[in-house]
Amino acid sequence: MGTKESRSSRREFLKSVSAVTGLTVASLVASPFNAVLIASEPKGETGPWYGYGIDIEKCIGCGRCANACKAENNVPDKSFFFRTWIEQYTIGNDGSIQIESPNGGMDGFKQKLPDEDIFKSFFVPKMCNHCHKSPCVQVCPVGATYDSPEGIVLVDDAYCIGCRYCVQSCPYGCRYIHPEKKVVDKCSLCYHRIKKGMNPACIDVCPTGSRIFGDLRDKDGELVEFLRTHNCQVLKPHLNTGSKLYYNALSAEVR
Amino acid sequence: MPVQIKRHLIILVIMIGLFLVLRHFLVPESYGDLGHYRANSLQDNEKFEIIHAGKESCNDCHEDMAELKAMDLHSGLSCETCHGPGLAHMNNTDSVDMILPDGRAFCGLCHEKNAARRTDAVIQVELKVHNPDKNCTYCHNPHAPWELRNQDLPEENF
Repeated sequence: MGTKESRSSRREFLKSVSAVTGLTVASLVASPFNAVLIASEPKGETGPWYGYGIDIEKCIGCGRCANACKAENNVPDKSFFFRTWIEQYTIGNDGSIQIESPNGGMDGFKQKLPDEDIFKSFFVPKMCNHCHKSPCVQVCPVGATYDSPEGIVLVDDAYCIGCRYCVQSCPYGCRYIHPEKKVVDKCSLCYHRIKKGMNPACIDVCPTGSRIFGDLRDKDGELVEFLRTHNCQVLKPHLNTGSKLYYNALSAEVR
Repeated sequence: MPVQIKRHLIILVIMIGLFLVLRHFLVPESYGDLGHYRANSLQDNEKFEIIHAGKESCNDCHEDMAELKAMDLHSGLSCETCHGPGLAHMNNTDSVDMILPDGRAFCGLCHEKNAARRTDAVIQVELKVHNPDKNCTYCHNPHAPWELRNQDLPEENF
């Protein structure tokens, strides 16, 4: 009796193992994991599809981008409302990591550790990643935030109910509730400017050209050239957000 | 058909009708044209006021400054990087002035020595050591920083 039972359970076990293996293999064949950096663009559409590049090697942390962004987009002048800001990472020889962003970097940075204690230090400008599969767009209960046909994640001021769901869902912390408008606010890549053929304000004022803005569909364009010639990364790639903000020389410490 | 089914069918039809009427009034215009959002919101986003004039806009009136700037290390900079947003001044040259930054701290935003700044990206000085009691513009012309003037400062201050 005992032998019979163990035989039938062995058969069941083999059955389920082969089923799981078969399904795994089938799912791998059905949608193979695609480890490309560049978010796959929507098919069957034409026109520009914007992305953004940041060269960390060139950023000197002057904060002029954050400053210009505040002026251009009516961002409140308090030290916790930003559409773009700069963080300074300081990695000590003892393995400590310090991240600071005094007033978003607008008033300059002071080096905290003496040179001999620093393993490495660098600035990381942060802003909306304009994800192709944005968590913020997915959680909006009323459709007040959306991915525009140009690949820009925008907010519908008139329709937003200020529920703050998207603020929590953004893995990059790029949204805030505007204290006067009482609706969510975020980087729009200066949509009002680029639609008139101008650059976003942050691009124009950057003194070192560490910020690059362009059309990902334009294969000869500045941004695609930047992606081709630099070793770029996106933030939190494991979240599969389809981020279109590409960093050159991004250290693994950056979150 | 049994009478209770008939009644329920009537209620169902009324409910669907009510839903359609409510939907007509609650769903805003252009919603769903391009996706799960108001397509008109794209136009709303386009309407925001432009504040910065852009990189080349100043050169028409300030040709002399543009030429001077083009000769030296600050040639890649936009005027608005230091002078602030300029469209209001462009449209209203008499009443709106640009920002004239002053003081060592402003130049220090880019040029103060910091381990995070690569030396090949920007020239850096230690503000505490580099002629601490003088304004940067005492020697440097901000539009052409290497066109030095007043070179009478002590050597040890560099």
